[in-house]
Amino acid sequence: MYETIAFYLFSALTIGLFLVTVLSKNVLYAMTALAAGMVLISGFFFILGADFLGVVQLIVYVGAVMALYSFAMMFFDATRDIKEKNTPGALVFLLGGLSALVLVLIFAAPIHSDAVHAFYPVHEGVGNAQDVGIVLFTKYLVPFEVAAVMLLVAMIAGIILAGKKMDKSLTEDIDADDEIMKQKDTK
Amino acid sequence: MIGLSHYLIVSAILFSIGLVGVLRRRNLLMLFFATEVMLNAVNIAFAAISHYYGDLTGQMFAFFVIAIAASEVAVGLGILIVLYKKHGSLDLDNLASMRG
Repeated sequence: MYETIAFYLFSALTIGLFLVTVLSKNVLYAMTALAAGMVLISGFFFILGADFLGVVQLIVYVGAVMALYSFAMMFFDATRDIKEKNTPGALVFLLGGLSALVLVLIFAAPIHSDAVHAFYPVHEGVGNAQDVGIVLFTKYLVPFEVAAVMLLVAMIAGIILAGKKMDKSLTEDIDADDEIMKQKDTK
Repeated sequence: MIGLSHYLIVSAILFSIGLVGVLRRRNLLMLFFATEVMLNAVNIAFAAISHYYGDLTGQMFAFFVIAIAASEVAVGLGILIVLYKKHGSLDLDNLASMRG
């Protein structure tokens, strides 16, 4: 009962918030709606019994990724509305819906649900975090280490790309500052 | 009672919202947001399948998707900052420099 209510509530809110993200003109609105939608998606994970995944979603997505986006907002002028020449909406909705449908059909067609059997079954009476930890550090150890190296590479790349010419301001108008200084000089 | 197909339908709707965003927007930052929406939709599908088949593999894949999304954001934002320094805007129409 509660699961049903929670599912419909979360799905309606998530769809609405993500629509705001995709269709909004203002970057700040889009970013806030995206963060709220990610919190609600972690709610889906908690309903599904994937507690550890929900916590990771909260920490990594809402905590780290959205914080990174909001730091990046300092470089771009976020208060202005975005002016862009959008592709016509009806065509895009048609194309997007059709290609999503085709993807769903491609991936759903060969599934025989009786033939699916669990490789790494969920253990009863063991917490989700222990279960995930055992599988992650035995069967998925090599991908885990590769993911760690990939995160290190991404960190170095981010620092090097963003760190160049850090002393120059992007948003301030240097000419305007010069004019203000000249006015002060003439006074 | 909520079944697997409910979750898969929600996931498909969210994925198509993200796809519409990728197709419609011209601002690079908005394209990044739409990509995040798509990755999250796929994560819901993984977690739902993992729950209804009693298999942990789906959750494992969702973890790796989250790790890839985090590194994508780190590198992508660095590239965005470099592009903004060079061109002064993030509009894709202004950035097109390989017009034939």
